[in-house]
Amino acid sequence: MDAKTFFIYLLVMAGTTYLVRAVPFALVKEKISNPLIKSFLYYIPYAVLTAMTIPAIFTCTGSYISAALGFAAAVILSLLGQGLMTVSMLACLTVFVSELLIR
Amino acid sequence: MHFYKKGLAAGIPIALGYLSVSFTFGIIAVSEGFSWWQAVLISMTCLTSAGQFSGIHTMLIPGAYLDMLLSQFTINIRYSFMSVSLSQKADDRLRGIWRWIFGFFITDEIFAVGVTEDSVSRSYMAGLSTLPYLGWTGGTLLGALFGSILPERIMVALSIAIYGMFVAIVVPELKKNRDVILVVAVAAAASCVMTYVPGLSRLSPGISISIASVVAALVGALIHPVREEAAEDGC
Repeated sequence: MDAKTFFIYLLVMAGTTYLVRAVPFALVKEKISNPLIKSFLYYIPYAVLTAMTIPAIFTCTGSYISAALGFAAAVILSLLGQGLMTVSMLACLTVFVSELLIR
Repeated sequence: MHFYKKGLAAGIPIALGYLSVSFTFGIIAVSEGFSWWQAVLISMTCLTSAGQFSGIHTMLIPGAYLDMLLSQFTINIRYSFMSVSLSQKADDRLRGIWRWIFGFFITDEIFAVGVTEDSVSRSYMAGLSTLPYLGWTGGTLLGALFGSILPERIMVALSIAIYGMFVAIVVPELKKNRDVILVVAVAAAASCVMTYVPGLSRLSPGISISIASVVAALVGALIHPVREEAAEDGC
């Protein structure tokens, strides 16, 4: 990719990301009361993160088995109340160890 | 200064979490053909996990500017909702230009920590944003520069880091609010349909994720409208 293409893409990407965050933060000064919009707003982060994770997580390591074990580890650790970094790193460790065992 | 330090302390765990995920981003970006400074520049200007991982793949498709705009908009639209929510907590002096400045730093985790405060001031936001920003850009630099000397096995293991972080954000909410189970189930099913059904699978990942998540959140909002408190301390 040439430099010009990269910078156009970067501008679109950074610009969209910034505006999506800053415009509502700067402009919304009142409370939203519509229950449907409030509910949609509440659910969307979890919907996005789930759609990004499933099914992509199962193919990210190149082996369904190690990926599924890593996923299971992440779910169990989260249920046990562990934080972002612990869950993320132990999921990696699970993949690492299971790859050693199956290859 | 008191509020700045308080924010700084609250940002430490976020920064550590970001370090590992952005390290992975640096590695992946370089392995996809980007140079180290491009990876770092993306992290410095975007400060978003999901959007960046999706964005670098879109960048590899020539001329997909509209695709980039739509997918970034949909993947990141959740920030709008967080911004709206956080704006309700901003104190009298966090207004005008300051909103335009600190709006840049609203990520899932910064939001999640910030929204638990009764009132959010400029200095608190500045403190809270500092270390996660350094962690995110620093981790990207380290991953981009030194990722290639890591053994293959470690790189494979690190590729699950970002998803582990997503799981760690979603699962606690599932535990807290059973209504979220429906949304997560619909999102997972819709995302699988978008990925595997012939025809639909030709759509770019960004668009697929957007469609799946909007459908899931709508289904959730229609079937289980949230009660007052849940919507406020949740999203």
